[in-house]
Amino acid sequence: MERTIYREIPATGALWAVAALLIAFIAGAAASVIYVEHHGHIATGMNNQVVWGIPHVFAIFLIVAASGALNGASIASVFGQAPYKPIARLSAVLAMSLLIGGLAVLVLDLGRPDRLLVAMTTYNFSSIFAWNIYLYTGFLAVVATYLAVQMSRVDYAYVRGVGTVAFLWRLALTTGTGSIFGWLVARPGYDAAIMAPLFIAMSFSFGLAVFILVLVTLFRISGRKVGGALCHRLGGLLGIFAATVLYFTAVQHLTALYAAKHAGFERFILLEGGHFTWMFWLLQVVVGGLIPIALIYVPRMRNNPAEPILASILVIIGGLAQIYVIVVGGQAYPMDIFPGYEASSSFFDGEVARYSPTLPEFALGLGGVALALLAVGLAAKILRILPTNLLDANLPAND
Amino acid sequence: MSQPPKISRRDLLKSGGSAVTLTIASGVTLMAFGGSEVQGAADAGKRWGLLIDVNKCAKDCTACITACQDENGWKGHGNRETDAQWIRKVTLKNKATGHETAMPVMCQHCEKPPCVDVCPTGASFKRKDGIVLVDKHICIGCRYCMMACPFKARSFVHEPTNNQSVNAPRGQGTVESCTLCVHRVDKGQIPACVEACDATGNGAMIFGDLKDPESEISKRLAEFPSVALRGDLELNPGVRYAEL
Repeated sequence: MERTIYREIPATGALWAVAALLIAFIAGAAASVIYVEHHGHIATGMNNQVVWGIPHVFAIFLIVAASGALNGASIASVFGQAPYKPIARLSAVLAMSLLIGGLAVLVLDLGRPDRLLVAMTTYNFSSIFAWNIYLYTGFLAVVATYLAVQMSRVDYAYVRGVGTVAFLWRLALTTGTGSIFGWLVARPGYDAAIMAPLFIAMSFSFGLAVFILVLVTLFRISGRKVGGALCHRLGGLLGIFAATVLYFTAVQHLTALYAAKHAGFERFILLEGGHFTWMFWLLQVVVGGLIPIALIYVPRMRNNPAEPILASILVIIGGLAQIYVIVVGGQAYPMDIFPGYEASSSFFDGEVARYSPTLPEFALGLGGVALALLAVGLAAKILRILPTNLLDANLPAND
Repeated sequence: MSQPPKISRRDLLKSGGSAVTLTIASGVTLMAFGGSEVQGAADAGKRWGLLIDVNKCAKDCTACITACQDENGWKGHGNRETDAQWIRKVTLKNKATGHETAMPVMCQHCEKPPCVDVCPTGASFKRKDGIVLVDKHICIGCRYCMMACPFKARSFVHEPTNNQSVNAPRGQGTVESCTLCVHRVDKGQIPACVEACDATGNGAMIFGDLKDPESEISKRLAEFPSVALRGDLELNPGVRYAEL
């Protein structure tokens, strides 16, 4: 085999076309932010019942996927799997880019985004949100260091050391993100310790799916080649992670079903919740779970070269649906403030809350995705993070 | 709450350089870092609370709500889903007996408020006398407190505000809720809702110091049964309901 050589990607027409498209989406997000800033959140579909909506679905997806995008690097340097080494740099860059995209959405959706400085100088350490500010910025610092040591000619022990810190940090980061919901005692859909491991499993799965698509796309638009064996290896992992998400989801709902006080919420999500129920069963479980697992493991489907790509797309669709069901579904179901009574009021007590997302919300969320993708493309253009050749014959073997 | 800004050089340096500061200078001038005037006025020897006698609350009466709106200036824009409601009337029908009743629900001024725990900046805070407030100067509008409040007591200001009441400045993009009429309490008066309820002759609301065993509210609580909403959460709210 040849040595693995990392080179900046060439400025092809396809690269510029993709960049222009991404910039258009970012401009759309900027317009959305200015519009909502001027008119207030009345311009969105969010209200006093569903206070977090589509922007949060995108933000949480990106933040969770950021942690999972580091899979390739972690497997190479923490778990010593040599075939993953050539993709480790891209893995680190994608992790940072996705986090930046997610945070941008989260921050720009604030009621007062101009007060970001307050969030950075005034802390309440009993809030998991405040801790997350450290976990997110720390993640960027740790992964940037990780990338730097990977790209410099230092002893590999340093790479392994920083990689281990980054691996532990990403587990903490996703625990923190899951705990935003897990530690909410008020609402029946949350208040569960399983949120933390569930989010970790989701990060492994969604992050890897995004990584596969970004890797394949970057190679295609730069005229480089990726071998089928690497893609199938990544696809195999994706299958395991998608199954893990299904497992934790099953445990989450079975545990809640066992407790009579959660029966109402479970009936809502699993049976009577209208579009939430459809999104749960059809998109999250079937499209985002069972079909990709079948694509990856059923022998006849497995031989299709497009299988890991298709599986990744389906995992991402299912992932967005899952986060929507958790975030919006959890708020839409009424809180039981008055056990034993049927409640009604002008403030929607006892009613399932309505939420109709508007264009500015989608524009902001998609702008965050575009920002993340543009950042990773830019990095590939100016940094030596992508190998020139990822054909199977060129992958390093384990010692 | 409206203390003039005191920003030391250190605060400015901490906050990330002059370029960033200049860009958002308008926000900076409005900032108030902790220890606000309103906190200073609180007396740690007191804990303010409300006792609501549900039997005395007339089903169709909304005097408490109107009084709160007039006092604090949170009238809506005609959009039920996004309009603020600091206090609301909830109709309750007993599932087993069919008995129907109605009562006002507002911020329960918990001893251990989840909204204060989750607020990343400390904008949600509890005064020494138990009143739970939002510091409008450091609320970033993340709405995590609204996710955490078990009583749906908080509202987000979705639209530009005008014709505000001087008693309770409001801000688009921040969260707000019942202040227990802190501006009146600090002057030795009772909350507007309680005053209005008394004026109707119903007398369904009693305001007072829960720490003072001689106060009317403490005596009534000691003598007659009452409940806290979501008692299972052990938040020890300052608002109690009798005859529910």
